[in-house]
Amino acid sequence: MASIILLSVLGIANLFLGFLRSNRMLLPAAMVILLIVFGANLYDWNAPAQSYFNNMLTIDRFSVAFTGIVVLTTLLLLPFSQKYVRDNEANLAEYYSLLLFSLVGAIMMVSYDNLLMLFVGIEILSISMYVVAGSDKRNVRSNEASLKYFLMGSFATGILLFGIALVYGSTGAFQLSEIGMAVTNPANDSLRPMLYIGILLMLIGIGFKVSAAPFHYWTPDVYEGTPTFFAAFMSTVVKTAGFAAFLKLLVQAFPAAQGFWIPTIVAMCALTLLIGNVGAVAQQSVKRMLAYSSISHAGYLLIGLVAFNGELSGLSANGIFFYSLAYSIATIAAFAVLKLVHDQRQREDYDGLNGLARTNPLLAFVMTIAMLSLAGIPLTGGFFGKFFLFGAAVDKGYIGLVVFAVIMSMVGIYYYLRPIIAMYMKPADNEADTPIAVGGFQSAVLIALVVLTVVLGVLPGLVSGVL
Amino acid sequence: MEQTIPEVIRTVPLQYYVYFATALFAIGVTGVLTRRNAIIIFMCIELMLNATNVLLTAFSAYRADPNGQVFVFFIMAVAAAEVSVGLGIIVMIYRNFQNTDVNLLSRLKW
Repeated sequence: MASIILLSVLGIANLFLGFLRSNRMLLPAAMVILLIVFGANLYDWNAPAQSYFNNMLTIDRFSVAFTGIVVLTTLLLLPFSQKYVRDNEANLAEYYSLLLFSLVGAIMMVSYDNLLMLFVGIEILSISMYVVAGSDKRNVRSNEASLKYFLMGSFATGILLFGIALVYGSTGAFQLSEIGMAVTNPANDSLRPMLYIGILLMLIGIGFKVSAAPFHYWTPDVYEGTPTFFAAFMSTVVKTAGFAAFLKLLVQAFPAAQGFWIPTIVAMCALTLLIGNVGAVAQQSVKRMLAYSSISHAGYLLIGLVAFNGELSGLSANGIFFYSLAYSIATIAAFAVLKLVHDQRQREDYDGLNGLARTNPLLAFVMTIAMLSLAGIPLTGGFFGKFFLFGAAVDKGYIGLVVFAVIMSMVGIYYYLRPIIAMYMKPADNEADTPIAVGGFQSAVLIALVVLTVVLGVLPGLVSGVL
Repeated sequence: MEQTIPEVIRTVPLQYYVYFATALFAIGVTGVLTRRNAIIIFMCIELMLNATNVLLTAFSAYRADPNGQVFVFFIMAVAAAEVSVGLGIIVMIYRNFQNTDVNLLSRLKW
């Protein structure tokens, strides 16, 4: 709870730092704010679950864990905003504040107890993202990404809201627990079709937000056009919060309707895995490949929803937690390296990475570990992420789906190895021969990301059963 | 005799509200999928949100439960925020492209 208040208040304070002549204070200030919030959030870990604002929000272990992921992700990502900061002299404080405010939305999405808070949380997060997607105002690609994201995002919101209205009409409640009771013991069986249409529309609405196929088509375009720093934020924080919200909705409101939504999610899951992985193979731009890879990871996370066990702990919730953490850390590392390369070489295709191992061994190594983790190679966090999710699904008897997912993750190895081959085996172009400038603090954060990935891969027990 | 607003709402049978809201919603979805001008698409999205508002209000009046109408206030407030950001984005597009036709937005493609 303290994290929401601190982020809102300190976010406003951060906005006022923009009045200072010097912009150098902004990044340290934002990082200190996030550290404070991270600490305040962990402080709630051992406290009993508590409701706030007339049962609008519940802070329990589930919400503390996922709040931890989104705050940690943002904290580790922020040091890479530096070049971006120098390029856009105007209005920097606004962008940092928007990130802090959007985290408030993410926290509401992981701790909501009422559909009203789900809606408000999604909108706080999304509206901030529409703005930052277009933050490179004179770049037509950034403009285009912003408009596409805005139109698709608000379309999805409209669908989600209509679903909420239909669920309200058939159950008479917005409170998750009351909806759950009304779905289990319906007062009037003739309202069932309306309830199912409502659930379906809500699945579509949240599916848009987490970019699950067939509602993924905006993702590659938006990620490619958005400045890399913000694309990294979108593909980690938005996805983590979206899946936590998705799981909470299904577990607390619709467990009794699982005969209806599990087949839907299984279909979405298989389609997402197929489109994400096969789409990524065809890409020439690393950034676009990462966008498709984020679609495919949405597919793996959907397996966690299929393995649903009716509570916010156990195999399914723990699997989603571990996977989100491992995925977020690896994705930040990949986007961070890509951003540093792009800042100097102005290229985002595979050939832009040529010879990186010779000019910048550290960057090449970080990118390699990130790619291996995303591909799910043992000794990295991504391996155990997939292992836990697949194990949870096998436990529930979805063998066919897991076999399909394993085949798809083999396809994934092909496109995750391409950047590694470019970095280590291809010679650099002449003009690209100069090493890429990396700040000392940035190097330290990159090393920390690698260490975290490897620690998750070697000692998964540290966080695997926390929920 | 003075009627309260929920009583006035209840003079029309509930299913007509559902049909009406669904029709509005369908018009909105069709518009988003077929129109090519960013502003018109945006208006269609607003139509979808207002279909939801009608539906929530009707359910709320029929159930004598104020929660639905409170939700409508939140939708209106958030939609206003969305409009301000959205029109800002559309103005930015217009400055750079001199047009708001979404068919022009084809620089990012696979």
